[in-house]
Amino acid sequence: MRKGLAGQRLVAVFLAGMLLLNYPILSLFDGPERLFGLPLLHVYLFSVWLGLIVAVAWIAERGAR
Amino acid sequence: MLPGWLIIGASFAYLLLLFAVAYFGDRRADEGRSIIANPWVFSLSLAVYCTAWTYFGSVGRAASGGTWFLPTYLGPTLGLALAWLVVLKMIRIARSHRITSIADFVASRYGKSHLLGGLVTVIAVVGIVPYIALQLKAISSGYALLIGEHDSLFRVESQAGWWQDGTLYIALTLAAFTVLFGTRHLDTTERHEGMVAAIAFESVVKLAAFLAVGIYVTYWLYDGFGDLYARAMAAPELANVLAFDGVGRLGYGGWFAHVLLAMLSIIFLPRQFQIAVVENVNEQHLRRATWAFPAYLLLINIFVIPIAIGGLLHFGRGTVDPDTFVLTLPMAHDNAALALFVFIGGLSAATGMVIVEAIALSTMVCNDLVMPMLLHSRRLNLAGERDLTGLLLGIRRGAIVGLLLLGYLYFRLAGEAYALVSIGLISFAAVAQFAPAVIGGMYWRGGTREGALAGLLSGFVVWGYTLMLPSFAKSGWLDPGFLEQGLFGLAWLKPEQLFGLAGWDNITHALFWSLLANIGAYVLVSLARVPTGAEATQGALFVDVFRRGESPPASFWRSGAEVRDLVPVVARFLGQRRTEDAFGAYARTHGLRDVSELKADPELVHFAESLLAGAIGSASARVMVSTVVQEEPLGLGEVMDILDEASQVRAYSHKLEEKSRALEAATAELRAANEQLKELDRLKDDFMSSVTHELRTPLTSIRAFSEMMAEDPDIDVEDRQRFLGIIVSETVRLTRLVNQVLDMAKIESGHAEWHNTDIDMRELVQHSVDATMQLFRDRGAEVAVHMPASVPLLRADHDRLLQVMLNLLSNAAKFVPTGAGRVEVTLSCDDARVRVDVRDNGPGIPPEQQPVVFQKFRQGGDERSRPQGTGLGLPISRQIVEHFGGRLWLESVPGEGATFSFELPLASAAAVQ
Repeated sequence: MRKGLAGQRLVAVFLAGMLLLNYPILSLFDGPERLFGLPLLHVYLFSVWLGLIVAVAWIAERGAR
Repeated sequence: MLPGWLIIGASFAYLLLLFAVAYFGDRRADEGRSIIANPWVFSLSLAVYCTAWTYFGSVGRAASGGTWFLPTYLGPTLGLALAWLVVLKMIRIARSHRITSIADFVASRYGKSHLLGGLVTVIAVVGIVPYIALQLKAISSGYALLIGEHDSLFRVESQAGWWQDGTLYIALTLAAFTVLFGTRHLDTTERHEGMVAAIAFESVVKLAAFLAVGIYVTYWLYDGFGDLYARAMAAPELANVLAFDGVGRLGYGGWFAHVLLAMLSIIFLPRQFQIAVVENVNEQHLRRATWAFPAYLLLINIFVIPIAIGGLLHFGRGTVDPDTFVLTLPMAHDNAALALFVFIGGLSAATGMVIVEAIALSTMVCNDLVMPMLLHSRRLNLAGERDLTGLLLGIRRGAIVGLLLLGYLYFRLAGEAYALVSIGLISFAAVAQFAPAVIGGMYWRGGTREGALAGLLSGFVVWGYTLMLPSFAKSGWLDPGFLEQGLFGLAWLKPEQLFGLAGWDNITHALFWSLLANIGAYVLVSLARVPTGAEATQGALFVDVFRRGESPPASFWRSGAEVRDLVPVVARFLGQRRTEDAFGAYARTHGLRDVSELKADPELVHFAESLLAGAIGSASARVMVSTVVQEEPLGLGEVMDILDEASQVRAYSHKLEEKSRALEAATAELRAANEQLKELDRLKDDFMSSVTHELRTPLTSIRAFSEMMAEDPDIDVEDRQRFLGIIVSETVRLTRLVNQVLDMAKIESGHAEWHNTDIDMRELVQHSVDATMQLFRDRGAEVAVHMPASVPLLRADHDRLLQVMLNLLSNAAKFVPTGAGRVEVTLSCDDARVRVDVRDNGPGIPPEQQPVVFQKFRQGGDERSRPQGTGLGLPISRQIVEHFGGRLWLESVPGEGATFSFELPLASAAAVQ
């Protein structure tokens, strides 16, 4: 798994996370809009966070398949 | 309001429970039934990352800056996505070199340098001790709040004398716990199962406590997330909690810096290194931790914003310190039991951090600071036989107690000072300085000891100048003037706006400059010279740790050592029994019965060194082993071998490719040869059937006429003469056929004899025409001969060439029409070759037949009109001509006759001698 597909996928998740959780993408969600009565920014941050965890879990638990 | 005895009682009860868990963990480990050999426990123990600073401080940060508490947790989430690449490599390296601390990691990588290990230790201690103090402060102020030593705004009013201070006793209890479970014995792996079990347990407690208060605030005091947010939106002073609030304060650059900082600290904080690398039981556990630990972080942060909003709504801004909301909110609603539980949760967050950090730091202080000093001071009699395990344990225990007392002292001195309150991120920035040397060391072979020293030192100095000193100044311990005017009044030296770089918060600013100085110095100084032998060796071992597998690394000890010298050296630091066990196990894995059979080969010396490295650090281990074994001076060749391993591997694979290509080519050749053999086999069969067929025809007629004459004696003389004539001619034909077959076989196999002489082609052509003149006359054909006045002499076999000419001429005679035949023989020559054309006016040969006539037993013409002949003349002629380097070919247009030509080179014909 070290150099295999899973490793590359994890790097991809890392890069995607860096992108999604930083300027400029992050700034797109810093507005007055509300989602389910919650600030869009908070919903966005926590959903991306959860998404990253799920993605990493999927990759790590699948192993080298 | 809770009575002090209850809180203290509960706290100590909790610590006792911790002792029990740790004791249970250690006992199970001794029995070989580890309870921490489990990916979930490993993931939970990683949560030692969440300290009291985050437990209480997250809410405070959320209250003042909204989402700004998140980078501290998003960073680790991203960092762990890379853990399977980076941390796994660290685990593998640490295991194969028995590295037990981050200081040892750096020291070992750069040629087992005492100086580097010491520097890393100093940085770690300076950066972490205030952080320990912060934990003690959290416990202290939590306790003060709970017993009611506060005003209406929950500000702690009085501080008792140190002898009355419960915090001191907590610190001492923690020291006792750490000594008990962190330095129970000297172990070559330096793993502490009981301690890890306790840490995992603490992680559960703090998560449960934080979730409890979160649910209480969100669903008990308020009506869920929606309700809280709706109220927050109605309150204008809470707007900054809801928005990013980046423009005014730290900006997106600061956000990125905080994410990066947290990402680095999840790997480089001494306690994280201790848990993730040193205490790791099985590297596969890392796989689950890469997501389970971030999931833990997500879980513990879900209620941070609701608690912040709830606290701000209840108390209003600028009254109660938001850092205390988790405690003060339950207290303000008279829920003392919950407050106590939350306090215990905070206690667990603080104690977990303190325990692991103390173990990690004490290992560093002992192995990389005190041991080298002892080794250098010569007061420790290196050659002595004294058992030093007690001394070693004593140093560690002393270091633990010392560190905790130092932390307590700092807490007492600093109090509410800025230097303590803001230490969390400052401490992160200090350990981030390890990143270039460690990561560079794992992926770049070129890093040198001086490079790492320069990088660490300059990063540390810049960190101290831009973060530590300003925090002292803000605490009032230094003249704050230099913050405003810069050092010596030089504006470009303003610590928080170095070189005039303004607009960033102090953490981002310091991180930028310190990492810039660190990486810059590391790379530039490293590039100043070629790594030495020791650096190159360690560099290759670290960088290629995955490639090497489990085989022992190349050894650089001279094999002149004696086992009886080696064992005592190890035993002095590990104890007699452990040493004997270890060497005994080593002997068994090498198929020997006991230690006495061991030979002190380089591999054994390496084994002894790594055993020692686990106990006293790699640099000191090298020094100790070198007292009984001489170090092999590294030859240039060996260093090149190590460095060039990658290129060797490439070369091997290249060779392999070449081999496989060669094999493919050989296979193709074999296949072609096989085809050829099959073809030859088929030709041989054809040949055999042709030969037998050709032999049978004359034999049949000879036999028929002989029988006729034998059976009928009354045949008249005339007939008898005729029959005998036929028999004679058939016999001649038979003889010729057999001769030709033998001839052909000889030429083809290269056994023919060649009698070369100088030949005048004019004479040869004329001779052949004269010899065949009777044939032409019989068929009423004319022969015309065209020859130049002279041709150069040719060196070849006269009889063979005559055979070729006779064959061509007799063929022509066979095919010319009876009575009107005309054959032209032309001899010509130029500088290089002699050419002969024999042209007839026969029926010609159709194009599809042309190649066939040169094959054995394949005569031209159709079956009926085929004249007498063996079918071997043309193939033999062609063989002869080709033998002399010439060629024989045919040009023909059906109906207009055929021209057989051959040419012979003058030079090469002469050369065939």
